Formats: sequence, C-alpha cells, structure tokens
Amino acid sequence: MFYREAGDFKTSYAEDNQTFPVKFDRYRYYAVLFMGFAIIPFLINDYWVNAIFLPFLIYSIAAIGLNILTGYCGQVSLGTGGFMAVGAYGCYKLMTAFPDVSILIHVLLAGGITGIVCVVFGLPSLRIKGFYLAVATLAAQFFLVWLFNRVPWFYNYSASGQINAPERTIFGIEVTGPNTEAWATYLFCLVILTVCALIARNLTRGMQGRQWMAIRDMDIAAEIIGVNPLKAKISAFAVSGFFVGIAGALFFAVYLGAAEAGDSFGITKSFLVLFMIIIGGLGSIFGSFAGAAFLVLLPVFLKNVLVGTLGWPTDLAAHLEFIIVGGLIIMFLILEPHGLAQLWRVAKEKLRLWPFPH
Amino acid sequence: MPDQLIFGMEVFLNGLMAGVLYALVALGFVLIYKASGIFNYAQGVMALFSALTLVGIMEGQVPFGHLINAIFGTEIHHFGWHVPAVLAILLTMGVMVLLAVCVQKFVFRHLVGQEPIILFMATIGLAYFLEGVGDIMWGSEIKKLEVGLPQGINTLIDETTYGWFGYGFFIDNLDLVATAIAILLVSALVIFAQYTKQGRAMRAVADDHQAALSVGVSLNFIWIMVWSVAGFVALVAGIMWGAKSGVQFSLSLIALKALPVLMLGGFTSIPGAIIGGLIIGVGEKMFEFAVGPLVGGATENWFAYVLALIFLVFRPQGLFGEKIIERV
Amino acid sequence: MKLKLASLALGMTVAAAPAMADLVFPSLSYRTGPFAAGGIPFADGYADYFTLLNERDGGIGGELARVPECETAYNTEKGVECYEATKDDGALIYQPLSTGITYQLIPKVTADNIPMHTMGYGRTSAKNGKVFSHVFNYPANYWDGASAGVNHFLEQSGGSLEGKKITLLHFNGAYGREPIPTLEALAEKHGFDFNAIPIDYPGQEQKSQWLQIRRERPDFILFWGWGVMNQVAIQEAANIRFNMENFMGIWWSGSENDVKPAGMGADGYKSVQFHNVGSDFPVFDDIRKYVVDAGKAAGAGDQVGTVLYNRGVYAAFLAAEAAKQAQAANGVSEIDSGMMRDAMESLSITAETMEAAGLPNFGPEFTISCENHGGEGMAAIAQWNASTEEWSLISEFAPADASVVGPLIEADSAAYAAESNITPGCS
Repeated sequence: MFYREAGDFKTSYAEDNQTFPVKFDRYRYYAVLFMGFAIIPFLINDYWVNAIFLPFLIYSIAAIGLNILTGYCGQVSLGTGGFMAVGAYGCYKLMTAFPDVSILIHVLLAGGITGIVCVVFGLPSLRIKGFYLAVATLAAQFFLVWLFNRVPWFYNYSASGQINAPERTIFGIEVTGPNTEAWATYLFCLVILTVCALIARNLTRGMQGRQWMAIRDMDIAAEIIGVNPLKAKISAFAVSGFFVGIAGALFFAVYLGAAEAGDSFGITKSFLVLFMIIIGGLGSIFGSFAGAAFLVLLPVFLKNVLVGTLGWPTDLAAHLEFIIVGGLIIMFLILEPHGLAQLWRVAKEKLRLWPFPH
Repeated sequence: MPDQLIFGMEVFLNGLMAGVLYALVALGFVLIYKASGIFNYAQGVMALFSALTLVGIMEGQVPFGHLINAIFGTEIHHFGWHVPAVLAILLTMGVMVLLAVCVQKFVFRHLVGQEPIILFMATIGLAYFLEGVGDIMWGSEIKKLEVGLPQGINTLIDETTYGWFGYGFFIDNLDLVATAIAILLVSALVIFAQYTKQGRAMRAVADDHQAALSVGVSLNFIWIMVWSVAGFVALVAGIMWGAKSGVQFSLSLIALKALPVLMLGGFTSIPGAIIGGLIIGVGEKMFEFAVGPLVGGATENWFAYVLALIFLVFRPQGLFGEKIIERV
Repeated sequence: MKLKLASLALGMTVAAAPAMADLVFPSLSYRTGPFAAGGIPFADGYADYFTLLNERDGGIGGELARVPECETAYNTEKGVECYEATKDDGALIYQPLSTGITYQLIPKVTADNIPMHTMGYGRTSAKNGKVFSHVFNYPANYWDGASAGVNHFLEQSGGSLEGKKITLLHFNGAYGREPIPTLEALAEKHGFDFNAIPIDYPGQEQKSQWLQIRRERPDFILFWGWGVMNQVAIQEAANIRFNMENFMGIWWSGSENDVKPAGMGADGYKSVQFHNVGSDFPVFDDIRKYVVDAGKAAGAGDQVGTVLYNRGVYAAFLAAEAAKQAQAANGVSEIDSGMMRDAMESLSITAETMEAAGLPNFGPEFTISCENHGGEGMAAIAQWNASTEEWSLISEFAPADASVVGPLIEADSAAYAAESNITPGCS
C-alpha cells in the first residue's frame, strides 16, 4: 500500500539512480526536510535545542564520518574522540587567531586539519587490520588528548586549561557564545549536517564509495581488480576525519561553548560514536542518523519519563536507564543484527506489500 | 653502580608486576575470544560486578536494597551477618556461573554465526546492562574489600637490596601475591585445558566450531563454561585491583589497561596475554621513567598503545596471534 | 527515602500544582558514574538541609524551598541538559558541581541572569566579580587552597621552607593543573623547590608516580585528585611509608571515601577544608529529628556528618542565607534570580548567622562585594584519625596569601574579559 512503485515511471538513468527511487519515499524525505528547515525552527526553545537537537545533529555528523571509515571502508576506528578534539581545538585556535573570518570557514578548516591528522594516524592501516587496527586509532585517541592537555599553546596559555568559544556571527546572527537564539544554532548545525549527509551519500554511491566497499569486503580481492588500497584507505581516513573534525568543532563552538580535551573528548566519546554506527547500521547514512538518535534521545527520553513523569529518585532512574539501554541494544541485535537501518529496510519491504503480503 | 641504573632496575621490576596485573585482565578477554570469537567489551564491567557481589555477600548486604526500600518504603540494608571470604568467593563464583548461563541463554544463543562486530556490539549492550544491575543491586558507594591480602612494601626485598646497592627497592606485597596468583591461575588453566575432558573440548571448539560440533561437543555447554571461567578471571582481577582502590565504578575502566596488552599479545593466545602484559607494563613504566619528566609526565596511557603499535607494524597479528593467511 | 516512590507516584498531580510559588534550588547531582561516591553525600546534604528548613521553619521566609534533582553523572553534556531542563522553573541558583559544567554555564547563566555558586571548584578567577558578574566562588578557591597548604607546611617546618621540596601530585587535566601557577609563585617567595607529577585519568595505576616520589623524597606532598585516584594515591603513600603528616590533599581529596579503603595506613593524612567537619553541630540533631527519622532524607540517611555531606549542607546553608538576605533587601518573600544575585553580591556570613542556623564555627566569616566574589579565601586543615575513623580540624580558618593569589586572579580574569569582550566593572 505504501511505497508503491506502480505508476512511478522512470524515463532517465538519473531518475533511476536517485537516492529515493520510490515516489512515496521521496515525498516523505521532502516532508522531513521541510519539517526540519521550516517548521521546527519556529517551535523550539533552548531546552529542545541544547538537550536534544544539537547533540543529535552533531553526533549525526560524527557518526556519518565514522561510518564512512568503519562502515564503508571497513577500518575500525576508536580514535573519534581524539579526532573531534582536533576539530575543536583547531576551530578554537582559528577563531581566536582570525576573529574577523566567518565561523563557517573556521569550521570547515578545522575539518580539513582533522582530515590531515586522521590520515597520519591512518597510515598503519595499510599493515594492520581488523580489531588490531583499533590500536593505532586508540594510540591517536590517548596521544591527542594528552597533547592538548600538555601543550599550553593549544589553549592560549589560559590558567584554567579550558577553551571557551567567543561570540561569532554568520550574516549578523550569533551562532556561538551565550546569547545565541535557539533557532540560529539549530539551523546552523542542520545546514552543515544536510550538506555533509549529501556529500557522504554521493561519495559512497560513486566510484570512491565502491572502492571503499571493495576494500571492506576483501582488500586482497579489491587490490587484484585494480583498487589501490593505499589510495582507498587514506582517502577514507581523510574524508572521515573531515566530517569528524567538523563535528568536533561544532560540538565545542556551538553546543558546549567550553571544552577540555580529557573531559569532553575522552575515550568514552570514541566508544559512543562507534556504538551509534553499529546500532544504527554499518554502511548506511540513514543508520548514522538512527544510531545517533537512539543513543542521544533514548537516555533523555527515559530520564524524562522515569524522573519527570514517574517521579523516581534520580539515581535509581539513571541505573534503570543503563539497564534499559543495554537491554534494548541486545534486543535489537537479536531481532535484527544489522542495525536499525536494516530494520527500517525490512519495515519498508513489509509496508510495500501490506496489507496483502501473499 | 650509578643511581639511574639502580632506579631503572626498580622501575623495571615494578613494571613486571604491573604487567602481571594487566595480564590478569587481558586473560579474561582472550579466553572468550579464543573459544567463541567474541570480543567481550563487558569484561571490565564483569570485574566490577563480581567484586561488588563479593563485597556485598561478605558484608551481608541486601541485594536491590535501595530499590526495595524505594518501592515498599522499607528500611532494609543488611542481613546482619558476615560471610567469611572463602565462602563469599565461592558464592560469587556461583553468581558468575549463573550470569554465564544467562548470557548464553538470553543473548549469544540467539546470535550464533553473526559477524564479530555484531557480537562485540552485543557485549556492549551487556556491559550497559550489567553496570546498571550492579549499581542497583549493591549501590554505588565505594566499598572496602577485606579478603586478607597483604599490602605495603616488602621489607625483605627492601632490606636485601639496600644491602646490595645502598638503595632499597620498593616492591608491593600485593603485587607479589598477584604474581603468585596469576601463575597459579595460568597453570590451572593450562592443566584444565590440556588434561581434562572439558578442557580438551574447549580447545577443540576454539580450533574449529563445526568440527567440534560434529564430534559431539556441546557448543552451548562449552560457551557457558568459558564465560564462567572468564567470570572467575574477572573476579580475581577485580579482587586484585579492588584491594588497592576499594570496590567502585572505576574498576570497570581497567579494561582499558588490557586493550594494548591484547593487541600486542594477540587476541587468541594465553601466553601472548602474559608476555604482552609484561612488555606493556615494563615498557610504559620505563618510558615514564626515562622520557616522562622531559615531556611533562603522564605518558603511560598513550605510550602503551604506541608500544603495541610499533610491535604490530612488524607482526600484524600480534606477538602470538595466529598467522593471518589471506586468500581470495 | 521511605515511601518516596509510592508517595511521589500518588502525589504527582498534587505536587505539580503549588510548585510555581516555591523557591527553586536545582541540584545538579551525580549519583552514578565514576565519581558517584563523591556526589551522593553532597547531593544528600544539599537536599536534606532544605528539607529541614521546610519541615522545621516552614521554608525560607514563609516560602517552601524546592530542590529538583537532576542527574549529571559528572558528564558535561548531561549537565547542559539538566541546566536547560531546570532553568525555566524559576531556578534561583546553580551549583553545577563539576568544573567542566561550570565552564559551559558561565556565559549561559550570565545571559540568563541566574547566579551560579561554585564552592571550591570551577573557574578560580571568577573571584573577580567585575568580570564574572554571575559567578561566585566563596568561601575559598583552589589557589587559596594551595596557599593554605603551603602555609601549613611553613608552620610545620618552623617558619621556613628554605631548601625544602614540595611536590604537587595532580590529576592530569585542567582541574589538577590549577594550583601550579600559585605554587610556582609561592616557591619563589618562600624558596622551596617545587615540582609537579601528573597522574592520568582514571588513576588506578600510580606505580610510576610513587616510585618517582620515593626516589626524590620530597618533604611535603600536595595532592589534587578526584575519584579512584584519591584512594589509590593514599594507599600507595601508605605502601611506600610516606609520612602521612606531610601528605595533604585538597578538599576534593579529603573525605571518608578516600581514606577508608587504606585502613590504618591513612592515619594522619591531611586535607585542606573550607568548612568544618564532623557531626557535632546542632543542625545535625535537627536533620536527624526532622528529616532522617521522619523518612524524608534524600538518601539512605547514613551519610550525615561525613565531609562531603557537610559540604552539601554548607552549600545549602549559604544559598538559604543569600535567599533570606534577598527577601529582607527586597521586602518580598518571592524572590527571583536577579534578586538572589544581588543578595549574593552583598552576602555577609558572620559567626551569629552560623550560630543561628545551628552551625557554629562551621565555616569562615566572610563578606562578599562586587570586586570580590570569593571572600578572603579562608581555609583550615583537617586531619584523619584512622582509629576513630574521624576527620577533625587541626587549625583555625586562616586567610590565603593574597599577595600571591590576587595578581594571578587579576591576570586570568583580564584574559577572559578580553577573549569574550566583557568590559570589567561594577554595575
């Protein structure tokens, strides 16, 4: 009934290859975009933005970045926290060194810097594979955090060792600093996320993406059919680093406003983003969104239900939250081991045939 | 003898001791990975959970007391008895076996044949779950662990080395005990694996699931057994680390100390875990001793990984890992 | 805790209605996560003191106090969520209880006109009220703590530290590095050797650091640790038989949690405190009578009188006093956060106010002004007696070395003002 292809005729290859080939799906996608850009900005307040939308949007960018590396190219990375720190500190240094340049350029440059750093730590991937590769990225994680803690130049020699985002504007509207409007920060992150997702989607279904997936599925076979493993792996690290760096820059500048390397970008962050893409679905852009939503929204939702509505003591609620999140992860995996994205695909298939599945 | 050399020797010895403690944690990972191909992220939380359970049983704490009090408005905290350490350890073992059965029955039985990353993810879910259960069951305050382990400087070594070098070496009694226990534990595991029926079955499963299945080994049973043994190793690690710091949430973070050890030693090798632990322990302590003061210290965390990385570049499968044979 | 769940579940609708008129003191607590052991007693103390005021005095100036609790797990992101969730509730004052959360909230509370009290943590230079209009860190900050520690060592070694060696063992992060500039300045002034040894988070393995200490044999150690680092450090100090008399932690490294796991080995360990310790105060009798025995305690009720519980009570007491003074100044009982801020800026705590609240000599006397949001930096030294399992103060509250701390605060706050375009000044 839903997702019907009947009557939906394609007359060109471009139409045939589009991201949402089914009309119903396409309209749903436009509707979501419309909601995101034109309706939500008018409805939200500080709580919704700071507690829900900003973390969701920013983690989505980070998850897309990691998904390119881990999900599409098959290189497990546990250095996401460290790479986000590179983005954050890069953005901070740029913001304070060139206060007159637009923050958007700083964020993009911070992404670029992170891409380069990521490539350096990605070099061992040519020799080390699988879970063992995680060691190289873990080395990056711990080393980078240590470096940002140790070298005062990174935090402008401040006695406190923290970095603070100064006020910056885009088109005269503040997007960082304390006096931002809820809709401004939201739209800023949403625009960047949308662009990132579009780039990622198109990269992954083009030549580059096929090379990455060939490397993921079996790198020796890929090499034999003419994929250069060096180029493919390094480009995956670079692109992934770029997105993760942007996420780190936004995380610090727009969302938190102040950060410290060990506190905000520790190993737990690396694990968290990895959890997101595994729960969401490896090798799927939608999965990145779903995973970020699951791990950002669920705890907030549970907390509001348990503490806010049921009035439970906060510590019991927090512990129960762990149990429920853990239980749900296991349950989802048993139901559908390939993540929420696969669950969504299956659901779509079912919907297509509903109500006459036979 | 020059001072620096003597100090270096002391640091070296302490590095070895620390390495044994790392190896204890890593051992639990290796057991499960070898037998079932699961990278068990929950190993650290298992150490915490088992140590919490041990203290809870010893102190006669009422499990889920906080929850019960909150729901029924009662005021129960303790049963009012104290269980001797040995008995409590046995009871805790029972709990860990029960946990192993549950984990197998409710989680991994449903995930047989899945990709490693999915099994890894399931253990993450397990880690979240256990963390919550542990906290609700026993509360999140710091508990003192009193199982009668000696602590403090070993005077004999101190005095002997003082006689030799004019500088007494510091070796912690607890570390000596931990080393002894680690040797016992590994020997017991080796004997178990080599000479008992179940142990042989376990090795067979580790070698090839299907072949083992076809000669009548119950995979289910073996996996429960492996998880129980890993639970026991976690308990030992939890006791050793808990004796130092009290039993508290941070115990679950010791898994981070085991990761470089695993990668260095190979996920599938018990000797690898031991040797890897020793190399990491000595390496990070010596680096901190020699280079640390020049760069501002606190280098141990990242240097452990860099060290593992250097080894891996030359041996991508880890020191004792099975050689990776790649075919198309 | 008794009947808490049941009564709350039943009384939901009843509780929601009169909520608006209350005085709201949100508690951003952490009862879970790696630092839970430190967060639980503080949160209990904070909530219990307000419960006591409600039960015994019918609130503050006739208005009931409400303490909505929000769990942060010491995590900065959850802290932001908690702040946003509670601020529209009419929150009068925030105690974020984490340096990371404090830094994020400094610009936000200023924009939202809500005062923030960071008692013994947070940004040290917030003492300069000309730059940090909404942040207060009375009665003492880390730099005062470092100075108090050195002063105590000075006294201990007979008035001179010339040629002595002081080591700072610290958490390798912003918090742990805070006292370094102060100690460097003090080293120059008093002529002692100073060096710093960092410990990385989480700090379960400190062999390297303690071997280094054993080799270098410092005369005194100052310790800035938190979480599991505390217990391990004290245990290791006992292991190398370091003289505990010469080992002193900052207030976050000096609670029962930190010393108990080391048993008798921790006997004689010292810590800097900005409030009194022990349960020998009239207010605790009242808390037992009106709160714990009545089944209204926030926690299990077993924390009363511990160091961190006392700190929670002290924080609540200071907040309640500020609220009272705000009510008096404005002549209304329903105050808002702006009035609260103004009252905090002119807060004066005397021996009489403490006595009246049942807390005689519980903390130092101090007066706050716009130029000085931190008081005189009075701190005292406490010592642990392992056989009676009790902390006790072994010195009077004494001021920090203003000649060293003052210029550092000026410099750091000026840097912040320049970075965020703030023109320093008093309104």
